[in-house]
Order: sequence, then structure tokens, then C-alpha cells
Amino acid sequence: MTSGPENTELPPEQTPSLEGTPSPLVTALQREHPEWTAQVIEAFGETTFVIPRDQIVAACSFLKSWPEGQFNFLADICGADRGVEEEPRFEVNYHLFSTTKFHRIRLKVVLNEEDTHVPTVTGVWRTANWHERETFDLFGVIFDGHPDLRRILLPDDWQGHALRKDFPLRGYEPYSLK
Amino acid sequence: MSSSVTIPPQFEVVDRPLDTQMTISMGPQHPSTHGVLRLELVLDGEMVVKTTPDIGYLHTGMEKLFEYKKYQQGIVITDRMDYLNPLGNNLAYVMAGEKLLGLEIPVRAQTIRVLMCELQRIASHLVWLGTHALDIGAMTVFFYCFREREKILNLIEAASGGRLTPSYFRIGGLMMDLPAGFENRCKQFLNDFPPALGEFHKLLTGNKIFQRRTQGIGLISAEDAIDWGLSGPCLRGSGVNLDIRRANPYSSYENYDFEVPTEPDGDVWSRYMVRMREMKESHKIAAQALSRLQPGPVKADAPKVVLPDRAAMKTHMDALIHHFLIVAEGFDVPAGEVYHPIEASKGELGVYIKSDGGPKPSRVHFRGPSFVNLSALPVMSEGEMVADVVAIIGSLDVVLGEIDR
Amino acid sequence: MGLENVIAEALPEVLTTRLDSLINWARKSSLWPATFGLACCAIEMMNATTSRNDLARFGAEVFRASPRQADVMIVSGRVSRKMAPVLRRIYDQMPEPKWVISMGACATSGGVFDNYAIVQGVDKIVPVDVYIPGCPPRPEMLIHAVMMLQDKVMKESVRDRKDIPEEEAREAVVPGTLPVTDGSTARQNTLPESRPYTIASRHERRRSS
Repeated sequence: MTSGPENTELPPEQTPSLEGTPSPLVTALQREHPEWTAQVIEAFGETTFVIPRDQIVAACSFLKSWPEGQFNFLADICGADRGVEEEPRFEVNYHLFSTTKFHRIRLKVVLNEEDTHVPTVTGVWRTANWHERETFDLFGVIFDGHPDLRRILLPDDWQGHALRKDFPLRGYEPYSLK
Repeated sequence: MSSSVTIPPQFEVVDRPLDTQMTISMGPQHPSTHGVLRLELVLDGEMVVKTTPDIGYLHTGMEKLFEYKKYQQGIVITDRMDYLNPLGNNLAYVMAGEKLLGLEIPVRAQTIRVLMCELQRIASHLVWLGTHALDIGAMTVFFYCFREREKILNLIEAASGGRLTPSYFRIGGLMMDLPAGFENRCKQFLNDFPPALGEFHKLLTGNKIFQRRTQGIGLISAEDAIDWGLSGPCLRGSGVNLDIRRANPYSSYENYDFEVPTEPDGDVWSRYMVRMREMKESHKIAAQALSRLQPGPVKADAPKVVLPDRAAMKTHMDALIHHFLIVAEGFDVPAGEVYHPIEASKGELGVYIKSDGGPKPSRVHFRGPSFVNLSALPVMSEGEMVADVVAIIGSLDVVLGEIDR
Repeated sequence: MGLENVIAEALPEVLTTRLDSLINWARKSSLWPATFGLACCAIEMMNATTSRNDLARFGAEVFRASPRQADVMIVSGRVSRKMAPVLRRIYDQMPEPKWVISMGACATSGGVFDNYAIVQGVDKIVPVDVYIPGCPPRPEMLIHAVMMLQDKVMKESVRDRKDIPEEEAREAVVPGTLPVTDGSTARQNTLPESRPYTIASRHERRRSS
């Protein structure tokens, strides 16, 4: 894998090798959609798929309606900053859950620092609205197509994105009323 | 209008349609918003046309703080998140750490965890009931609930030293074992609780005013609830039988006999009934856990992760060295990421920990159930009156510490 | 002494006292707090009003929702930067005489949360009369603080309380230490030295762009 500007996959040395056989869910999914199930990590009893950014909406809609998956519950969308010097820098994790089959899966989208756009999944689950606003607020990841992308936790006139690794813990200046 | 009023000549009567919609701010300082929540209400008279919650008034930057603290230092911060259910927060964080480390927790520790979590669930529901009833107008219930809650806080304080911020669990087990006499006091509380619960039912459940104020208000269907990510009693009040303790059991919950109460209607009254019945089920689980307590270790067998007993630390050299290293440098957690959900008193509390392999996590994220439950407030409160918005917020049981983190 | 005895003999149904004592006694015995519960300390404040630790015994009978009807503002909980202007506005809306109790470690000094989001001490925004340590403080500590505030109120004088002009109200004034005998210690021009704000963290990189 070349680490060019469109790098949306984990470099090979960071993909853990699969030990043992993959779970039946993973094999069924790889049979159905090999185009975005190439990178899968199974560790600590959890399954993670690293999905290219432009296929995340298709993957989510498929997983929601797939009879063997039925992932109708989006538990969480969580951003992460791998580090200032890392390429790709940001990742967005989607934690899915099925209220009928009780299994969980994680989808991960990795993003470069210069191009932090991801299509929104609010069309698939409406609860993604606030989660994506929070990820935008704290990391600066922009969700294309989001109905109302604005800051949710930090004040509206805040400069910067607080949970990035290069934002200092104590902020830039102490609070004063003026 | 009627001709009985004579308007003095200096006032001009104009026939002009008024703007019927008004935007008001149910501001951050409000007695009924359960914390610093701001709602922008667009009202048409008394009816709510649109609600927009504005949160962030309690944003504490906890997730950033976790990255600068070792794993065991982070337990203290988790108490302050959902401050009505601190043991639940502790449990979620600690279990995620244990999942990363692959620790095996002894049976006594698991039983005590179940017992304390269920007591904490009862305490959290008591605050919910007291404040919800207070907002609707029943002030007596507030005092009765807090009287019962004081008994639970006494128990938690006896075990851990803190009433509201216990930090009782550690990665690998508990902080320390239960004190002497705890079991008798707990048994005394569990005997006293069902009559108190009966009192609450007598005060509220049969009360026509309470029924009129809560039935048919704040409706949300089961499909909408799942789509909006509701969990916990809010979801079970809409008829969906989902409880993480049954769906993804943790900490030996699969060995306990309890029901998962659900109500079909999806209104404020259903959520109220679900939580009242949950208190009874929690009481049942706590009684079972108490009866199953057997002597045993309360910390896992992992000397590099779990602090040794103080007696051992003072007499054995290797225990002293381990204690020093764990406190001063922390323990290295294997690289990877986990997401561990538990059933907190408000819903699915999930902790996502991403570790780089060092003593401090790289990213910790808490999926707060109140955060997601509040996002469904606009759906529930459309078309309701302003006074009903207060009842709906009460029924959602939001805690701003968990929303804003 | 002489005047009291003369009046006591002549008119036994008349009580005499100093004006300061009477006014201060009336004020301290009915300190009505404004509900300003922010976080976990608010729950302990609620615990202090319930039947086990009854704050109403000390005069704090009702917690007024409207700041216009309140005497004391108990800031209980962490004050985030988004909430700080709101706090100041509520304080400004309270009519004189007013006092502030800063409850808990987070309101006093930022507490556990030494980071970008929390104001490190509510005395940067409003003048505080009593500080309560603890995380969260026990309800008994809140009652003790109310009693301390009552002692402080008893030592005030009617001469001290004037309408504070606008620019002085805007400064975050650090109050003097107990007891206050006249209004002079309430005005200090030097704020205490604060810790330097440029402690580098492991992940800080000052970008040149």
C-alpha cells in the first residue's frame, strides 16, 4: 500500500495478523461484500472492519438490513486522533449493535489530516446526528450531508478542536471575564 | 370583542394578526432541567412547536484528561461523569481495562460488584423519582426518596469511603473488601426497602393528578426509539425488551434471576412504571448477590496490575516493589481497542478505550446514555405543552455530567 | 448601658438593640439560596436540604429558582467556560445584599479538572464569601459553611454595603479573609500569583502555520 494522499487504509505493519479462524459473521460478510471487508481485525473478542471512507454509508445500510446482521442500533460514533505525526491521523469508529441478535461490530474509517471529510450516516440511523456533531466539535472531522453540523459541547465561538493531540490540556489562556 | 368594555378614546384598537410563535430559552439555570441544560423552545402559545437542546454548559474535558492519566488514576474521573451512578461508571471503565488486559476476576469480587451496582441503581432511580415527582409537583416524594437514599449512601460510604464518588472498583477487582458488619446492614436495608417502595406507589401510582400529567405525554414508538439510539428504561418503556445484562452479560449477571420490565405505551407513565419495577428487580438481584457472598479474594491474581494487600506490602519485598511500580509508573496495557457496554441506570453506558501499549490510554470515550436519550427530546416533545416538557425531561432521566463529559 | 436600663425601666415592653445587630440578625436568619446546582455537588446540596441534614433549620427555607428573590448563591459544581457568563449574569441579577458560597473543590479552584474547559475557581468571576473544600463536601460541611456565613453576616455593618459601580463590579474581586469588620478588605488591587500557563504537555507542538 502506498501512503499517498488517498490513504484510507491501515499500513500493513499495523494490521494485526489473524490468528485462528475468523468468525462466521466475518466470513459471511466477506462473501457478500468483498470490496470493503478486506481489512478486518479480530481482537479481545471484538470484530473491527476498516472501511474506505466513500463506502461507509453503503456498508452501514447493508449491515442494517442484512438478515444475518440486523444491526439496527448505532451505539456510538467515536473519533480518535492517532497522533500528530501519524499518517493517517484521524479515525472514526462506528459501534453497531443488533437488538435482535445481540451481536456487536465496529467499523472504522481512517482519515488523513488534510482531508477530514466523511459522508454522514444520519440517513441510516437518526441517532448519528448528535454523535457526528460531537466528533466534529472535538476533532474537526467534517461530515458531508449532515443536516446541522455545528458545535455541541464547546462554546460556539471556540477556536480549535479540543481533543486533538496538539491542543494543550490546559488550553491557550486562562479564563477571564473580559 | 364584547361591547361591555368601553375603551377610552386615547387608545386605538387595531385589528392585526399577531405573530403566534415565540422562541424562549428554558435556560441553563432552571429548577427543572436537572442540571445545566438549555432548551430553545419555539412555542405557539403554550404548545411546543420545536425544541432544540443546547448542551455543553458542563463540558469538563474529561476525555482529554484520561489521556494524561494512568489507567487507575482515571477511575476517579469516571465518578464525576454520571454522578448519580458513579459505581456504574467505575464498573464500565474498569471492565474495559480488564478486557484489554485479559484479567480473570474472582467470584467474590464479581458478586460484590453486582451487589454494589444494583444498590447504586436503586439509589439512582430514587433520585430520578424524587426530582421527577418534585418537578411535577409532589414534594413529599422527594424527601421520602432521599431518606431511603441516605441508607444506601451509608452502605456505599462504609464500603468505599465516599458517598457520591466512591471509586470503589479497580482494574482487577475491588479497592478492598467489604467491612465487617456490612452484610447485616445491607440485609437490614433490603428488608426495609419494599415497604418504602410500596409507599412511593401509594403516593404516586394511584394518584389521579400524576396519572393525568404523565399518561399520553412524550410518546415515542419502538422503531423511533431504536433509530434514535434510546436505551435503558426509555427504550423498555416503548416495549423493546433489551437489557445489556441479558443481551451481553458481564460480571456474572447471567447467573442471577431477574425480570426485565417493559411497558408497551412509550409515554412518560410507561417509563415511570418501568423504573419503579426495575427498583424491585434490583432489590431482588441485590438480595441474591448478598446471599451468595462467600469468602475469597477480591483482587485478581496479577501482581503487575493489581495493588497488593497493605499487610503484604509492608512485609514482603516483591509486593513493595510491585506497589511502587504500579503507583509510580503504572502498568502497560496491550495495544488495541475495546468497547465495553454495561447497563447503567440510564441505559447503555459504553466505554471505548484505545491503547497504544503504554501506561496511559490513547483515547477514552464514554458513550453516555443520557447524551443519546436527550437527542430524542425534540421528537418526544413536539406538540406537547411547556409544562409537559418538564415531565418529559424528568422521565428521560438525564444527567448533564454524562451528557457533557 | 445607661440608656437601655432607663428605657427598660420606663417602657418594659420595648426592646432596644443596635440597628446593625437587628438587620444582620434578620438577614442571617433567612438566607434564601438560589438554585445554582451544576454537578455532583448539587446532589450533596440536595442532600443537605432533605430530612437527614436539614438546612431549613438554619433559615435556608426555600431554594428560590429566580435569582431576583435569593440572597445567597451556592455555586455547587464545576463551572465550565460556556457556563461562566451565565453565572456572572445570575449573580448580577441578584439584588443586594448578596453572598456567594463556593461549594466543592471545583468551584473553589477547579478541582480535579485542571484543563481547558473548566474555570479554575469561581472567584475569577464572582466575589466569594465562603469556600468549602471537598469532592463532594459532605452535607454537614455545607451546613457549617452556612453557619460561617451567618457569622460573617453578623459582623457586617450597614455602612459598608453601597451600590457598587459598574466597573468595580466587573472586576473579579478577591475578598479578604474573615472577619470583615468594615468594607476595606473587600478591595484589593493585587490578585494572587497564578501558576504559569505554559506548561508543555507531551502532545503539544506549536505549529508554525
